[in-house]
Amino acid sequence: MANDNRPLSPFHHYKPQLTSLLSFAHRLSGIALSVSAVGLVYWLLLLADGPQALERLEILATIPGQIMLAGVTLAFFYHLNNGIRHLFWDMGMGFELTRTYLTGWLVLIATLLMWAAFWAAVTDLPGGLP
Amino acid sequence: MSLRTPLGKVMGLGSAKEGTGHWWMQRVTAIALIGLGLWFMISIAAAGDLGYGSTIAWLARPVNAVLLSSFVLTLLYHSKLGVQVVIEDYVSSPVLKVGGLLLSVFVHLLLAMAGVISILRINAGGLS
Repeated sequence: MANDNRPLSPFHHYKPQLTSLLSFAHRLSGIALSVSAVGLVYWLLLLADGPQALERLEILATIPGQIMLAGVTLAFFYHLNNGIRHLFWDMGMGFELTRTYLTGWLVLIATLLMWAAFWAAVTDLPGGLP
Repeated sequence: MSLRTPLGKVMGLGSAKEGTGHWWMQRVTAIALIGLGLWFMISIAAAGDLGYGSTIAWLARPVNAVLLSSFVLTLLYHSKLGVQVVIEDYVSSPVLKVGGLLLSVFVHLLLAMAGVISILRINAGGLS
């Protein structure tokens, strides 16, 4: 590389806006979900290993485990809803400024509703714990 | 007069030499994941009991095994494409970039193998 010290986009000087924050959150939630994929496969490996192996998931019943599951599912519903928003953009729809903000708020509301509905419905966690 | 060959024009490859393959597959997997992802989350929420016995019984049903392996594979494909973009965007050192991209491909392939083999073992290994 000729020069590693080239100027960067001064993104940290821009005023935070819903549009930029949601865009950032899409990437962040995507990375979080990629990491979570390891957890999903680990769960399947434990299931294939037998009943004793599944006891390792008891860690999910601890407070940090619960916070992690809450975060992962929030990232999932957000990435899903905002991903649908992206697919509409790919079809050339929703680029007007008012529309972009409207769909941004819709994504947030839909995400919170789906997240709340999911946790209201879940009565049992992986590992067979409350 | 254009200097581009007819084949080059048809394939639509620009200076990036790659065309739209990455972009397109990211969208195809995204569309599939809307359905598969919602199915997975609804299944978890509706399960009631996620203990060993009931989860194995659920996974032993062919329709669930097919959908879950489709979900795992599509999710990992989509994840591979996304992680690739993140590495390409934020890692400037060529060594770390190529190393990171290789590591990401290997990890995603290993996870895909582990996921599918686990589901197969549950279905064919006499665990149920």
